[in-house]
Amino acid sequence: MARWGMVIDLDRCTGCQACVVTCKAENNVPVVTPREAQAGRLMLWMTVIPEVEGEFPRVRARFTPRPCMQCDHPPCVKVCPVQAMTKSPEGTVSHVFARCIGCRFCVQACPYGVTYFNWQAPTWPKDLRESLNPDFAIRPTGVVEMCDFCHHRLQHAREEARAEERDVRGEGEYVPACVQACPARALIFGDLDDPNTAASNLAHSPRAFRMLEDLGTSPKVYYLKEG
Amino acid sequence: MQTTHPQAFDRDDVLFAPVLRTGRGFYAAVAVLLAVAAWGAYAYTTQLRYGLGVTGLNRPVAWGFYIVNFVFFIGISHAGTLISAILRLCNAEWRRPITRAAETITVLVLFFGLGSIIIDLGRPDRLFYVLQYGRLQSPLLWDVTSITTYLTASTLYLYMPLIPDLALLRDRARGWRRQLYTAISLGWRGTPEQHRRLERGIAVMAVLVIPIAVSVHTVVSWVFSMTLQPMWKSTIFGPYFVTGAIFSGMAALIIAMAAVRRAYHLENYLKPVHFNSLALLLLTMSLLWFYFTFAEHLTAYYGGELAEGAVLFAKVTGPYAPEFWAMVVLNLVIPLAIMANRRTRTVAGIVTASASVLVGMWLERYLIVVPTLANPRLPYARGLYFPTWVEWSITAGAFALFILLYMVFTKLFPIISIWEVREGRELGIQEAYERIESYLPGPGVGAGGPIALR
Ligand code: SF4
Ligand code: SF4
Repeated sequence: MARWGMVIDLDRCTGCQACVVTCKAENNVPVVTPREAQAGRLMLWMTVIPEVEGEFPRVRARFTPRPCMQCDHPPCVKVCPVQAMTKSPEGTVSHVFARCIGCRFCVQACPYGVTYFNWQAPTWPKDLRESLNPDFAIRPTGVVEMCDFCHHRLQHAREEARAEERDVRGEGEYVPACVQACPARALIFGDLDDPNTAASNLAHSPRAFRMLEDLGTSPKVYYLKEG
Repeated sequence: MQTTHPQAFDRDDVLFAPVLRTGRGFYAAVAVLLAVAAWGAYAYTTQLRYGLGVTGLNRPVAWGFYIVNFVFFIGISHAGTLISAILRLCNAEWRRPITRAAETITVLVLFFGLGSIIIDLGRPDRLFYVLQYGRLQSPLLWDVTSITTYLTASTLYLYMPLIPDLALLRDRARGWRRQLYTAISLGWRGTPEQHRRLERGIAVMAVLVIPIAVSVHTVVSWVFSMTLQPMWKSTIFGPYFVTGAIFSGMAALIIAMAAVRRAYHLENYLKPVHFNSLALLLLTMSLLWFYFTFAEHLTAYYGGELAEGAVLFAKVTGPYAPEFWAMVVLNLVIPLAIMANRRTRTVAGIVTASASVLVGMWLERYLIVVPTLANPRLPYARGLYFPTWVEWSITAGAFALFILLYMVFTKLFPIISIWEVREGRELGIQEAYERIESYLPGPGVGAGGPIALR
């Protein structure tokens, strides 16, 4: 069975935020007012974290795209009292909105801070409201949501593969929206257990590391250090 | 004193008085508390209508006042049952007039603990999913289990010693009260056989309730320490929380005792000696609490880990410093200054110290929950937390409703266990004499003593 993972090449990321925008559109992520954003209620399943390191003249800027790390040992799943956070046999962590009671325990448990809570009913500006993605549910007030590697896309790919009586291919057939959108090809996606995919090769490159690796969460998102 | 019941004058009359007669002051207090509680309820309907967005919660501080209240209320619940059980098992004779007041706090405050969690939910309408789809691995489910067990056990433990008093009331009350007391006193006639069984039952519950109480606050602490967050992931959180719980619970008990003593003229029953004994226990807990706090913060400091350091310094010198140092003063300096000195260890002094501890322990819970969330391991989302009027109102409403329920309880049931006080008078002295005698070396001093004492 495939074990889907993402490799993010920090050398390639230009910080253009195409992934951020695409993700919002793909997953119908609510748009909050500037005031709410100021209060720390911005919702970005995928976000690019800008960092400036050091002092002049040794300054260095870095852009770190940050989806859900899709941990192999996800603390968020363990603590959910109603099994709304789940890990599929393929290893993808996703969230059952209709089950979530909104206790926000998963928010506290996730060391990466990638879970978002719906503080109020979701809103979009009029134009965006008219172009919501019909493939993906809108979340009600009071539940958590987070990146699930575009699980609905996996379901799509799986259906097509099943019609042809085969498995989903380890590369190319199923990619999250952000990966598809990245113009710099900084995001690489595929089956980490299949030695023939670019993703699994890069995940084994000497440049590869994972965020907060020492915590034992075993993320399936790998980063490639800047050269 | 005007008596409305047919019985002859009884030396414990003043204990029945609050139940049988109600003054104007009581209704005034009820009106005020009801108003505050109603305001809290209004705030909650606002939250239900618009979602948790009306609170000051945000990312990363997704838990705030409600969770603080949850931990605080569950902590207060350790006042009662645990303290009264320990005192009962130790045969501490001075417990007699205070056990009921303590046990009542436990049972009532537990509802507010559970209620705080429900108020904190984004989807309270899905509450029962916890039973339907519960995941045993989640510490929240452990909480649900241990708190409901504790609630059941401490309700029983409150009820059983109440039965003989209900029978006493049954014989004095009229109208609907008589029917009520007849029904719930379960045909108590005070035969030796009934007494034997009751005391057996109480003893069993007293033993059972202690481990349950300890487990409850341990599990509450595990909600935090089972995560990977800096300064939450701590092995001493279990005992640290239990200590804090007993500490704050005792303070609440002292205040409740002082309040009923003043309101119902119980100076004869709740004497300075009772306050003094509790004050010494409270003092011990204060030092124990400080020991844990010190150990917890020193290890975080000495290790010098960055993530823990961020939380630590946010507390000690950063944005939470005022609350942090206020906590130290309220929980350690003031209680120590007042209660370590015999001259200031008066009833008024002890009550002041207890009030200080209650505020201090609420701050302690706040300082455990919020600074860690505001300084997560990955420094990308840092934030502060300012509660809104909704959170303040709901918190005030919860406290008001708790006090209100406590007052109503004193109107339905005697807040001092009448039969136990009587038993103390009739048997306790003899028993204590014999017990003390058995501690001493050599043959007995003779059985004539207690008579002389009487
Ligand atoms: S907020 Fe929802 S998904 Fe998260 S732990 Fe609670 S019930 Fe589970
Ligand atoms: S990054 Fe957070 S939300 Fe995603 S799987 Fe890991 S713990 Fe869960």
